[in-house]
Amino acid sequence: MKLFQTIGHSSLKFLAKLGRSSLFLFSISTGLAYTLSRPNLLIKQLYSIGVLTFWLIAVSGLFVGMVLGLQGVYTLSTYGAESSLGIMVAASLVRELGPVVSALLFAGRAGSALTAEVGLMKATEQLSAMEMMAIDPLKYIIAPRFFAGFISLPLLAALFSAVGVLGGYLAGVELLNVDAGAYWSQMQSVIDFHDDIINGIIKSIIFAWLVSWIALFEGYDALPTSAGISRATTRTVVNSAFAILLFDFLLTALMYGES
Amino acid sequence: MQYKSIEILVGLFVSLCITALFFLALQVSNFSDLQDNGSYTVIAHFENVGGLKNKALVSMAGVPIGRVADISFDTDSYDALVKLRIDARYNKMPSDTSASILTSGLLGDKYIGLTPGGLDEFLQEGDTIELTQSALVLERLISQFLFNASDKDK
Repeated sequence: MKLFQTIGHSSLKFLAKLGRSSLFLFSISTGLAYTLSRPNLLIKQLYSIGVLTFWLIAVSGLFVGMVLGLQGVYTLSTYGAESSLGIMVAASLVRELGPVVSALLFAGRAGSALTAEVGLMKATEQLSAMEMMAIDPLKYIIAPRFFAGFISLPLLAALFSAVGVLGGYLAGVELLNVDAGAYWSQMQSVIDFHDDIINGIIKSIIFAWLVSWIALFEGYDALPTSAGISRATTRTVVNSAFAILLFDFLLTALMYGES
Repeated sequence: MQYKSIEILVGLFVSLCITALFFLALQVSNFSDLQDNGSYTVIAHFENVGGLKNKALVSMAGVPIGRVADISFDTDSYDALVKLRIDARYNKMPSDTSASILTSGLLGDKYIGLTPGGLDEFLQEGDTIELTQSALVLERLISQFLFNASDKDK
């Protein structure tokens, strides 16, 4: 009996949270016009969410690309197919690693910062103070952060893939002497603009929506204590990672399932 | 930090990321291939297409001139119907051009090789290539070889 009670309790709690977060998302969506009419709010958030995550994504992309280049040459040389290195590096980066790894890094760097910031605003009653002054915190605080995250992540994912391809070139062509012409031409013959690049961008747009939503909701819904904020920050990273990987599986099955 | 420097940094960030996107489109993918001046489609029937896939290369004299647009099964003739999209630049293909399914690379990727004929008429949109040679099926080749060898023994 106790077991069923626990399952029932957790299910109801989960559904209640899903309902609250859906209402929260709906309220943010109505703040789009407000955010667009005050671009300075959006630009400040683009700085703290996008620009400050730039180096993390660029350096990670470079090293992931270099590792792919090295491992690719070691594996492909067994079959004498080093010339296919470009395909391997670009396909794995553009289709999967670019959107997924940049979203995971984004959740760790920007998502956790968003949760902590909004949670602390709630704990110090800044959000209630705004309501007292007839300023809707969902429009003034949350919506610009949400749309900044929504814009930043797809751009960062494109940067991650591009820097990764250059990293693969450095490791494969410059260090291990794979033919440079084969690296680029094989890549261009296989990577399709619509099927690979556009699908990768669609993936990162969906991840951006998920991570921004989870991070802001966890901050807004956090218990207004130091322990509550720390738990909410942890939940942001954990839930975002789960959501990204689950949606990656679903989207990959949808996008590449037919071919 | 001053609002002006924030604006400059955000501008740099957005420009760099968009440059990365252009790099992916132009240098990494086949985007430049798509920017042609149109194309025309011709049809070819094959008894067996082997492992030919959509978007496989169509080449003449080793030069890529188009791609496979669609592969389907023809319920009337019971063979494979392959639509070839050929770049509009190559619009002077003799109408008796023949098409063969060939294999390239270590991993055996299939592509279509066209061999020009001698007629003065040229292939137009929707025309059919009459002379085709199917993909080489290794099992059939081996069995033919084995049967020939056993016939010689007798």
